[in-house]
Amino acid sequence: MSQISEIKENLTVTNIGRGMIRREDPRLLTGQGKFIDDLPFSDFYEAAILRSPHAHARVVSIDTERALKLSGVIAIYTAADLEPIMKDLPPKVSHPKLNYQIRLPMVKEYANYVGEPIAVVVAENRYIAEDAVDLIEIEYETLPAVASTHAALRKGGPKVHIGSESNVAVHIIQKAGDPEAALKTAPHVIRETFKITRGGGHSIEGRGVAARFDPITQQLTVWDNTQAPHYVRQMLATIYGMTEDEIRLIAPQDIGGGFGPKAQFYGEEVVIPWIVMQMKHPVKWVEDRWENFISATMERSQTHRVEVGFDEDGHLLVLKDVFEHDQGAYCVGLQVPTITMSTLPGPYVIPNIHSELISCYTNIVPTSSLRGAGRPQAVTVMERMMDRIAEHLGMEPAEIRRRNLIQPDQFPYAVGLLFRDGSPLTYDSGNYPALLEGAVDRIDIVKFRRDQAEARSQGRFLGLGLSMYVEGTGIGPYEGARVRLTNSGKILVTLAASPQGQGYETVYAQVAADAIGVDIDLVEVRHGDTSSIPYGQGTFASRVTATAGPAVWEASELLKSDLLAVAASLLKCDVSSLALSGNSVFIESEPERRVLLYDIALVSNVGRHGMSVPRDLPIAIERTAYFKPVQAVYSSGISAVIVEVDPETGKIEILKSLLGHDCGNVLNPMIVEGQILGGHAHGIGNAIYEEARYSEDGQPQAVSYLDYALPTAIEVPTPELFHVFSPSPLNPLGVKGAGEGGTIPVPGAVANAVEDALRPFGSRICELPLTPERVLRAIYDHD
Amino acid sequence: MAVDESRADPVEDKSWISVTINGSKQDYLVEQRLSLADFIRNQVGLKGTHLGCEHGSCGACTVIIDDRAVRSCLMFAVQSDGSSIETVEGLAIDGVLSPLQESFQANHALQCGFCTSGFLMSLVARLREGPIDTESEAREALSGNICRCTGYSGMVAAILEQSNSIQGIKENS
Repeated sequence: MSQISEIKENLTVTNIGRGMIRREDPRLLTGQGKFIDDLPFSDFYEAAILRSPHAHARVVSIDTERALKLSGVIAIYTAADLEPIMKDLPPKVSHPKLNYQIRLPMVKEYANYVGEPIAVVVAENRYIAEDAVDLIEIEYETLPAVASTHAALRKGGPKVHIGSESNVAVHIIQKAGDPEAALKTAPHVIRETFKITRGGGHSIEGRGVAARFDPITQQLTVWDNTQAPHYVRQMLATIYGMTEDEIRLIAPQDIGGGFGPKAQFYGEEVVIPWIVMQMKHPVKWVEDRWENFISATMERSQTHRVEVGFDEDGHLLVLKDVFEHDQGAYCVGLQVPTITMSTLPGPYVIPNIHSELISCYTNIVPTSSLRGAGRPQAVTVMERMMDRIAEHLGMEPAEIRRRNLIQPDQFPYAVGLLFRDGSPLTYDSGNYPALLEGAVDRIDIVKFRRDQAEARSQGRFLGLGLSMYVEGTGIGPYEGARVRLTNSGKILVTLAASPQGQGYETVYAQVAADAIGVDIDLVEVRHGDTSSIPYGQGTFASRVTATAGPAVWEASELLKSDLLAVAASLLKCDVSSLALSGNSVFIESEPERRVLLYDIALVSNVGRHGMSVPRDLPIAIERTAYFKPVQAVYSSGISAVIVEVDPETGKIEILKSLLGHDCGNVLNPMIVEGQILGGHAHGIGNAIYEEARYSEDGQPQAVSYLDYALPTAIEVPTPELFHVFSPSPLNPLGVKGAGEGGTIPVPGAVANAVEDALRPFGSRICELPLTPERVLRAIYDHD
Repeated sequence: MAVDESRADPVEDKSWISVTINGSKQDYLVEQRLSLADFIRNQVGLKGTHLGCEHGSCGACTVIIDDRAVRSCLMFAVQSDGSSIETVEGLAIDGVLSPLQESFQANHALQCGFCTSGFLMSLVARLREGPIDTESEAREALSGNICRCTGYSGMVAAILEQSNSIQGIKENS
């Protein structure tokens, strides 16, 4: 399936583009992985956290006396004991108009969601720590809670934060063209309201933090299974008043899934290392599943009121979308709703756009990025409306899309809005008609319509749904890589970003080996340790391939020129006569005249103590590069699903699922496919199964996998995949992100397919996930 | 009758158990409330058995006890007295991956790898009962465990490949 366009002239690519099996796998398959809770922290105390049982309450008093008497309890900390670090945890992405509410590491007076940390117990082990949590006595004054954006916007209703005047976090409008005028003059205007509910990331490994302070070196070492080690180090340095060099942040070699929630910054990450410095004893805290349900950030809850105007031929004239976004109790970041705003127009030419965000605080655990990050919602809304336009005009859904797609010769294409990275929303490259026609050809729509009609005559209800998207990936500000010739003559690649299953140790060995020309077996990749590379951003927003990838490539090219220069000096020849392959540099016309990488390391790295080297001989063969993208690069794709809906039970069966995907050049097709397949499962979950329900008073109703339905192998079909390759012109590898594309279009496609299946009933699908209850209501409970 | 919890000492009760783990039999003094998973991980020191939910739903902690796949988070260590326990660490012999482990790697059946041990142990137990010949049987065998990374397709392929090769060996022998 792989097709790599020429990355650079005169470059022989031997590893990039191959679906190499992963170097990570043998240790993971044999139980030798190094996940945070698997590290030998045997002398560490263990922490457990008392969390608010109320969605909104004032903490009147905390009595820890009985808990402290329990044998094995070492200490208990509350906000009162942690005054020096009771500092604001600022949002990742903010806005000048944000009605900002301070988020502290722990509850000081008001608990604003169920799960907010109130006290930390440190004990000899987790069992005792949890016992002690139960013995802490807290008096609460409960307060009215706000558990939806609808409740948040109710006039005269309770406030999420005591003393605030409004529950609106931010109100932003972005416009392109003249949407108001276009709505007045459009021949057809249709409207709908769509609701998407909350869901979680559900990495099977929870969050975890452990720390040790060395009083001799004054160094604080923190192990944190974060997606963004340098970001956490910077936050800690700022809050603790330390320099970044005094804190070594290590993201363990293996992290059990990320999906967004582990890219955020939490109070626990501030409190645990600080306690370690106070106690002068190492401590670890590893989240259990219940904590993950109530305290890890979530996503997705939005309510959209959308209008589209179009002409008789189905050409889009105007899109107006006003949506409420559930920010949760605090603004951890505005990236999700701002991404929603800019994802709405998708692959279509829309001359007039009005995108309006009303983000609301609620007394629920904060929302933040989660695989797809605001895009599944936007795509669901837009793609549902494309189907409605088709229905309105009596047209095939594929045809309405065909008539509105941005064409391959229109790139770079300026949408007229701003993207989440602050740059204009300008698509760099793509081939959206190839995605659509690729899907249409594989589905055979004409045949499907015949099958559908025949099935209906037999009382069976089949439906087809299409859904297309454009996804900004590879965002800034930069990502770094350090490439070194080790003294033993090997190549060590150090990444700032750390993986959570994406196979960096394999993929970036492929990139470095090709850039340098060495045998890939000589290349080793390490990651996730801030002491090994000074700056970095992290793994989130499908950004690493398109930022760390070019950084590895550039650092490797620089390293190669050093290797050649040393070899030229040693062989007394011109650099241009040299070639590099395997483990040596040689004169191309006389291959027997060669130097080993090991020899180069001896001369340039090890050196001879006190002896001079020639002036032009490169020494200390190590190169670091930071790649700074000018803007996001835009991946794209299409999902097509065929479903059968049982009108008796409301059960949806996916008969076929197809995904077309374009992330430019593909470094390792096996890993890219894995990302798409995993994302697809997440999209199926969002479409049909996963729902983090809350009661009206803000109590979570799904806090275990008995009441939150994560899809298993039974629910997730294997989709058919096809690829379109539109290399990005904005980075030297021509790559774009692939981590979220499998998720983004699927909920919209499933919703479209279900409405198509239920057309004989006049059903309107306006709310996800499509649980049997919602499907049955759509069939039987409408006007 | 009210219990004075402040005097409660949860660690006073310990018992000796005798278990065979990956073929080696040993006696251990364990707290009575220690879960089997925590025993295997922290007392025996085999960290490949992972905890994903601790309420018996995700299957990450699956081990094989006397030939049955069991969730080690739902059992106490004392309940395993006298039994034979197999964990993921026992699958590869002298560092050589078992055919099922090899199929997992070849089919990209794992990404983060956190849930992988549990899947492998569930499947090893299932494959001892008989071959898995169809995709639906493979999905059934996988359905007691949760993976968030892979979407299961690689695992389905790995199982079928593995089962076919066992069949092939049987037919050729």
